Amino acid sequence: MKEIRSTLVWPLVALVVLLVFNAVASPGFFHVEWKDGRLFGTVVDIFNQGARVPMLLALGMTLVIATGGVDLSVGSIMAVSGAVAAMQVNAGASMGQAVAAGLGLATLLGLVNGVLIARVGLQPIIATLVMMVAGRGLAMLLTGSQMVPFANRSLTWLANGSVGGLPVPVVLVLLLAGVTGWLLRRTAAGLFIEATGDNEKASRLAGIQTGGVRLAVYGFSGFCAGLSGVLEAANISAADPARIGDTRELDAIFAVVAGGTALTGGRFSLAGSVVGALLLQTLTLTLYNQNVAPAVAPVPKAVVILAVCLLHSPRLRARFGKRTQSVAA
Amino acid sequence: MKRQSFLCLAGLAAAVSFSACKPSGSSGGGGGGSTGGKLVVGFSQIGADNPWRTAETESVKAEAAKRGIELKFSDAQGQQEAQISAIRSFIAQGVSAIILAPKVETGWDGILKEVKAAKIPVVLVDRGVTVTDPSLFATLIASDFVAEGRMAGEWLVKKSGGKAGIIQLEGTTGAAPANDRKKGFEAAIAGSPDMKVLASQTGDFKRSDGKNVMEALIKAHGAAITAVYAHNDDMAIGAIQALEAAGRQPGKDVTVVSIDGMGFAFEAIKEGKLNCTVECNPLLGPMAFDAVAKALKGEELPKQLVQEDRLFDETNAPAELPNRKY
Repeated sequence: MKEIRSTLVWPLVALVVLLVFNAVASPGFFHVEWKDGRLFGTVVDIFNQGARVPMLLALGMTLVIATGGVDLSVGSIMAVSGAVAAMQVNAGASMGQAVAAGLGLATLLGLVNGVLIARVGLQPIIATLVMMVAGRGLAMLLTGSQMVPFANRSLTWLANGSVGGLPVPVVLVLLLAGVTGWLLRRTAAGLFIEATGDNEKASRLAGIQTGGVRLAVYGFSGFCAGLSGVLEAANISAADPARIGDTRELDAIFAVVAGGTALTGGRFSLAGSVVGALLLQTLTLTLYNQNVAPAVAPVPKAVVILAVCLLHSPRLRARFGKRTQSVAA
Repeated sequence: MKRQSFLCLAGLAAAVSFSACKPSGSSGGGGGGSTGGKLVVGFSQIGADNPWRTAETESVKAEAAKRGIELKFSDAQGQQEAQISAIRSFIAQGVSAIILAPKVETGWDGILKEVKAAKIPVVLVDRGVTVTDPSLFATLIASDFVAEGRMAGEWLVKKSGGKAGIIQLEGTTGAAPANDRKKGFEAAIAGSPDMKVLASQTGDFKRSDGKNVMEALIKAHGAAITAVYAHNDDMAIGAIQALEAAGRQPGKDVTVVSIDGMGFAFEAIKEGKLNCTVECNPLLGPMAFDAVAKALKGEELPKQLVQEDRLFDETNAPAELPNRKY
């Protein structure tokens, strides 16, 4: 637990550095006003845009990575759930039914990943790569490859409405993160996930149903991706099967790694992933605000990612620590 | 165990690609090879992932039917390899000419040499290819993206009286339409010192990214924004949603200009939220078959034929709306 606390420090440091830079370089960055019964400002955008995709995807991805796996299919699952929800409301279903259908199918696809990995024995990267291709194909198949616009006000409210001045997605996602974190740490579930990732064989011999654990984390990752897809569709009042979620699985992996969850599995930090997602979104908006040319924008992004990863490296920190010690002596 | 997993994976992938093929109705004009005296033309299309491309396909099919030409149609599902094998099967079926909408610019030398050896003329539509020997294709029929950007820019200069704070939403970084639409637009406003591009960021041609970027830039530039220029209609719609959420009135206090001329853009013009869209006409069928006819007669064609694009704003868009095919 103490180790996880210390890993949370580094993405926080990077985030603070970035925020200080913005405070100096872009006046009005922290300006938040009350407009039409809701908060309005860049910081709100960071939370809102960050919650809708990277944070939500990172939640599921954190648990998957903690078991030593990876889920490349989240972007495609977003496309499927967005398409299903949009088609459901167009067919006359209520918002609740449409969201349930989208989330249900997304969770099912996640469970299929889980079965392929835990029961059939495929490598996670391969199984979810298959789902990445298949999911996109399924979304295109369902929609006839066309965008599905809809005009259901309750569904668009999910992404554009506000609760107590806060955007609905922020409330939803922070709630989901809080409840998930609380459940995992208050029960043995979190420990089982970490044990599975640390040493699957030993865990199984110790009586942990590692297959069931893996099935559950991929199902949960599918669920999170499904919610993200529904929110993305709701945001623009249309489901875009070809492009929703495209390459966003990489954002999720970055948020998780930046948050201190190692790709080797065995430990995880949900709070770290939330901070990692915020870091990523802050970086994106900083580049927009500074009007960095889109062609070179990936470079500063890569530099920050590399810096955070280096800070996480125990070997590098040990060397750095030794030097400061010797200086002190 | 490992081998077994791999086989299972391969089987699954095959099943997936098979099911993904089904919906777009890729089988073209039925029947076998050359039907008595009827001209047979092969058309290799990239895919059907957006309404623009579907409209292009329909245009080619309709024009072939109109001229009594038998069309062999192949939908490549976004795969260059599938296009190459489709062209190879066109040669085997003995088509008289081939129309090709290439997925990417490179990698066509080999297959086009095979086509040339079979003495079949190739007409490229909407995208060019980079080949060592320019005689490998007869002509390219495409829109002039630079001209589209210029038309949008000139319209905005006139509309705004030469004074505007502009947000430019660029297409996918590095894509030819994005580069050229930016170039044309910036050239058109270069002569007006009060036309200022406040920020130019990519929205990746996506509605969601257009909205996200616009949300951020509204906070950064606020009331200085008086115009938005988007490289496609999707990003313009996203920007309109962001402007409305911020309490601005797109179409009125912020002039919104875009390119493509999709049906939903015409609807938005009618609602008064979008001010103008420059059409990027996908109805290339008639020009393509004109070129095929000339090439078959052995006429020398210019290497590029430009499809005329029109501009629509509130004066002429509502009348055009019922005629939109895409």
